[in-house]
Amino acid sequence: MSVRIDVVHALGQLQLNVSITTSAGLTAVIGPSGAGKTSLLNIVAGVIRPDRGVVRLDDDVLVDTAKGIWRPTHTRRIGYVFQAPRLFPHLTVRRNLGYGRWFSPAVTDPFAFDDVVDLLDLGALLARMPARLSGGEAQRVALGRALLSQPRLLLLDEPLASVDQARRDEVLPYLDRLRAEIRLPTIYVTHTPAEVESRAEQIVAMDRGRVV
Amino acid sequence: MTDAAIIALSLKIAVVATVASAPFAMLAALVLARGRFWGRSLLNAIVHLPLVLPPVVTGYALLRVLGRHGPVGALLESTFGVVFAFRWTGAAVAAAVMGFPLMVRAIRLAIESVDRDLEDAAGTLGASPWWTLATVTMPLALPGVLAGMVLGFAKALGEFGATITFVSNIPGETQTLALAIFSLIQTPGSDRAVMRLVGLSVGVSFAALMLSEYLARRVARGRS
Repeated sequence: MSVRIDVVHALGQLQLNVSITTSAGLTAVIGPSGAGKTSLLNIVAGVIRPDRGVVRLDDDVLVDTAKGIWRPTHTRRIGYVFQAPRLFPHLTVRRNLGYGRWFSPAVTDPFAFDDVVDLLDLGALLARMPARLSGGEAQRVALGRALLSQPRLLLLDEPLASVDQARRDEVLPYLDRLRAEIRLPTIYVTHTPAEVESRAEQIVAMDRGRVV
Repeated sequence: MTDAAIIALSLKIAVVATVASAPFAMLAALVLARGRFWGRSLLNAIVHLPLVLPPVVTGYALLRVLGRHGPVGALLESTFGVVFAFRWTGAAVAAAVMGFPLMVRAIRLAIESVDRDLEDAAGTLGASPWWTLATVTMPLALPGVLAGMVLGFAKALGEFGATITFVSNIPGETQTLALAIFSLIQTPGSDRAVMRLVGLSVGVSFAALMLSEYLARRVARGRS
């Protein structure tokens, strides 16, 4: 799968003006804070609507402002792991993980519940409430929740940002396992190039709203 | 009228007023918290009007609109056979209208305090805006919804001015605890009866507050 992003969007002082095409595998988007990386993911996910431009997954047009096309977030089937885990505080880990499956068609089910639980080592956490998880555990649950919504594309927005340095090992190896075992096209945003240098098929560097 | 009958009537009126107005209060709170439309400030002002108007004015307005000769009251009577004037149901309407702004305020604050980021997350997981509302926003606002309902209930239980203006003070039909105390105060030699009803009034209100505290704790405990 390839993702075509060609958008212009005003962000306060900054203008996001990006034209990229990602190929299969892991695409890393690197750049300093405030470069517009998160906004780029938000546009792909449908959380923000760009001023102008096109977003396409293969032939599936998600946004085309010239033609007035804008597919709402919940119809896009794009998994999104945010900087903070954003788990639903009123639901157990099990129900957080299962949340997206309510809405995804049962026929396409490449990521089975038990497989994802095993892959991310979540078995011991299933009955807990999110308030009782460490930062690393919560982010793993968020990753599992995104996978179980049966996405076509996975967006990771600095998934280690909310995890303290000592606990990053709770998450990073799982990202590698994910990459090895599930071939899901992924866009990984970070301002720490070391996280992705050895892992990414393609690296996009951004600064002040532009690809550099 | 026995004390028990007076309390039973008061509770019936307050419960019906609270339960029947809660869905409308939630809708109004949601529209005010999240809606972006022309006339929002106007709606906000109308919702809050019973809070600032003298209750007797609200009661009089209800009488003119919902009374047997009022435009809405006459229509309700001829089409559904429903009459509010001088009935306990009218007392419930008066109590609901007076409690409405308090309920809407509490629920609105609760909805506004729900993290929009969680709603965005629900969207990316495939939940439509309505599903997000039902499975994320409202459950998270639940403590505020309960608090709003308790406030509305407390107001309904103690309502006086609008009730007596709209449905009068009829023992066994519209005479709630507050109205019964008012009548007894005007009757010479009934000090002991007054004190008894006042004591009961304090007891009922106190029990309602304890219950709301208990509910709030249970909701909070479920999240940790």
